[in-house]
Amino acid sequence: MSILVDENTKLLVQGITGRDGSFHAGQMIEYGTRVVAGCTPGKGGQDVHGVPVYNTVQEAVDATGANVTVIYVPAKFAPGAMREAMEANIPLIICITEGVPINDMVDIYHGVRARGLHLIGPNCPGCISPGKAKVGIMPGNIHLPGKIGVISRSGTLTYEIVYALSNLGIGQSTCVGIGGDPIVGTNPRDLLPLFENDPDTEAVVLVGEIGGDEEELTAEWMKDNFTKPAFAYIVGASAPKGKRMGHAGAIVSGNAGTAESKVAAFEAVGVSVAKTIDEVAEMVKTQLGQGLE
Amino acid sequence: MNIHEYQAKQLFKAYGIQVADGTLATTVDEVAVAYEAFGGVCAVKAQVHVGGRGKAGGVKIVKTVEEARAAAETILGMDIKGHVVHKVYVEQGADIAREAYLSVLLDRSAKNVGYIASADGGMDIEEVAASTPERILRFGSNDRSFPEASAREYAGQLFENESVVDAVVDVMERIFKLYLEKDAQLIEINPLILSGSGEIIALDGKMSFDDNALYRQEDLLSLRDMDEEDANEIDAKGKGLSFIQLDGDIGCMVNGAGLAMATMDMINLFGGEPANFLDVGGSSNPEKVVDAFKYILSSGRVKAVLINIFGGITRCDDIAKGILAAFEQMDIDMPVVVRLAGTNAEEGKALLEGSSLIPATTLSEAVKKAIKLGKGKAA
Repeated sequence: MSILVDENTKLLVQGITGRDGSFHAGQMIEYGTRVVAGCTPGKGGQDVHGVPVYNTVQEAVDATGANVTVIYVPAKFAPGAMREAMEANIPLIICITEGVPINDMVDIYHGVRARGLHLIGPNCPGCISPGKAKVGIMPGNIHLPGKIGVISRSGTLTYEIVYALSNLGIGQSTCVGIGGDPIVGTNPRDLLPLFENDPDTEAVVLVGEIGGDEEELTAEWMKDNFTKPAFAYIVGASAPKGKRMGHAGAIVSGNAGTAESKVAAFEAVGVSVAKTIDEVAEMVKTQLGQGLE
Repeated sequence: MNIHEYQAKQLFKAYGIQVADGTLATTVDEVAVAYEAFGGVCAVKAQVHVGGRGKAGGVKIVKTVEEARAAAETILGMDIKGHVVHKVYVEQGADIAREAYLSVLLDRSAKNVGYIASADGGMDIEEVAASTPERILRFGSNDRSFPEASAREYAGQLFENESVVDAVVDVMERIFKLYLEKDAQLIEINPLILSGSGEIIALDGKMSFDDNALYRQEDLLSLRDMDEEDANEIDAKGKGLSFIQLDGDIGCMVNGAGLAMATMDMINLFGGEPANFLDVGGSSNPEKVVDAFKYILSSGRVKAVLINIFGGITRCDDIAKGILAAFEQMDIDMPVVVRLAGTNAEEGKALLEGSSLIPATTLSEAVKKAIKLGKGKAA
């Protein structure tokens, strides 16, 4: 098994006629993802890589039964694209676009939850269940089917981690890039229960970044609710401080936000924290031994 | 994007929040003229994008034109935490009966608009939060509308008089509107004062805005003060690059903020020092790489460049084309280590074959090579 996306995924690509949307639709099809529809306002009736394009998300859903959508539209149009997907009640919405205004995200975050839908991103690489379906922009060939769940706030950093795992023969059940913005649709605490309940996931790797208090809250939640082995890697220890004016922003989360705080929070609840990318993979291999392929 | 106090106060005024009268001045003579127009007690306040200016001596209370001149002479040109003061705000003094702290900002935990309030106005709020956290009041909106009931409850904890509480709730509602309409990330009033005559006045003001929303806030762009920002950083942003100058000598070009931070962490871990943070972003075209080289080399301190690209939406062949274009257009005389992986990596590597670039397969190999070559050049 896996979480979120698999062989039953019927994917809609919003922005399929654009440069990125078209390129990555092709890559996803090549990986084996069932791409059933595309959507670009005003371009309905065309096809891209043999995939029919519709003018609206609702038309695409009605015609193809799409149950996951991925958004590759420019930032100005991304809030509208997410809202359209939300109004069509697509259960899983994945927004790759970066640069979405925070006020829109506050609104969309609560809107999606009120409808019981899942939103991943924005500003994320998407998610992949290796060997089953790839929805997003990650390079498929670095992944290996297996039993490690990966949750990450970063895109390319996730690829590094996955690449290091795969090079040691450690496969992944599902890798989710949740996005690096201050407000993203899905947090680690939303995904860990899914991995906890997925019989094919044996352990989870969490990749975090400085800023906010999500890692601290995740660690706190894991203490009583997560039983599988977990590993973490936090980046940003060397980042310059004080690039933001808002000292009031810092007090919302107290001392949370620094790399030290996040590492300490994870270590306090028994999560193994690695210092380098290579060390993450080695830790997983050492602690879980063989048999993860 | 940050703005100055005097600009924040113009916005406060436009939103019906009471502020003291003030005039912006850039010379000692202008300060004297501004003071004479007000007379009595005035404050001369440094306008810089950094906190703690009061402690640094950047705010002076003056009672005569001579004092105003002396204050201007001291403050103009003063360096406050690396920010040189080019402007001062001359503001009419207020008769302070009580001070409070008030801010509205993004509450990342609640994913909503939040308020922070405290009876300890006029103090460093981070210190208040650290030493007496019970004196920090927090509440927020649950549904993106103004949380009037909580606002009233908390305003009542700061002030007793009913009409004063009404006035404070009114300010809270007005900054809420300002926050949403202008895509702010932070609006801070410290102190918010109750005057001797019973008025609620914003005596200081700080605002920052969501950079992602500036495209729809064109009137705010004119408030940007380039003296306060790193010209390269702003310029780079306009080109789709995220660039921050640092003090080291290993130039970095990476795709993705997380990987860029991981690369910097690793340079530190292996004994080197990164010269910059640079995220070339996704969807890169070759031109962006040429621009990236310009920013990286602009400090003149770079001894080696490390390019680490893990292609996803970024295609390695685009990056490779950009690197070759940069070498054609610019005089790059330091070792450049290139590590390409992911989308179209093989095509990218093929393009770079036969060039003077130093290839690496993994990130750690690339980091070690860049540090070693950088040191070699220094010797």
